Amino acid sequence: MAGNSVEEIKKETRVYILVFVALAVLTMVTVAVSYLHLSFIAAVGLAMFVATIKGSLVASYFMHLISERKLIYGVLMLTLIFFLALMLLPLGGFLNSTAT
Amino acid sequence: MEIPYTVEARPDTGLYNSKLGIWLFLASEVMLFGALFSTLIILRTGAQSWPHGYDLLNVPLATLNTMVLISSSVSMVLAWAALRLNNFGKFRLWLGTTFGLGCVFMVIKSIEYGSKFSHHHYPSTDNFYATYFTLTGLHGLHVLGGMIVFAYFLGPGSKMWKTKPEQFTNRIEVVGLYWHFVDLVWIFLFPTLYLL
Repeated sequence: MAGNSVEEIKKETRVYILVFVALAVLTMVTVAVSYLHLSFIAAVGLAMFVATIKGSLVASYFMHLISERKLIYGVLMLTLIFFLALMLLPLGGFLNSTAT
Repeated sequence: MEIPYTVEARPDTGLYNSKLGIWLFLASEVMLFGALFSTLIILRTGAQSWPHGYDLLNVPLATLNTMVLISSSVSMVLAWAALRLNNFGKFRLWLGTTFGLGCVFMVIKSIEYGSKFSHHHYPSTDNFYATYFTLTGLHGLHVLGGMIVFAYFLGPGSKMWKTKPEQFTNRIEVVGLYWHFVDLVWIFLFPTLYLL
């Protein structure tokens, strides 16, 4: 639901460029951190944290979720619930098996 | 018969139909890639040992590919912005750039695959390469799919701009949402496969 005046579109364009710079910098940060050879848990946590920030920038600004209709948010919330179940169930099983 | 709600929003959803359609499609895509990521978690946590991606894969090439895909997302959104400014020439320039960057991504990916095959590393080699080829291969197919749509909108599909510019602009927004999703998937694939 982006604005349609010339000024608004030009302002949005400047934001897109800033997001691009942020994504490029964060990519370099991700690669640089991988050379530190942190423990596996710390490396996964940090890599996923940076990837989540980058993903949020893409979704918020390039996919304009920052100003979208409620119906889209509803669809995405439902998707997120099932996605998290897909990610956490195998992890939970792994943690359970290592604990016993 | 005129297809309704291609430009104006439906009163009940507040969205034009293809926009709701692409978001529902993307939701199904999240589950498709989610299932594969979930499989990777199960295989990796259940394995006695699992190699580090940076020891076996080409990190500089993958980093370059990440930058290429991020750049293509920007050029895609600039193509859409150009249409909203009624600048069809700039739209063609930016969409052509996006298409070109998609080609660059695929060329780099094929170099990477070629290197793996020359060292006799195939999906059947072990679970690491099976997940690597499945995830990057499926992602590559999505890039290819996007490029085919770009080619259509740069060629025969662009005629719509003269007759139905608002509907054409919405079509570009929708293909843009798909392309940004492909970028989003790579943002998570890159560290998961290459850096951990």
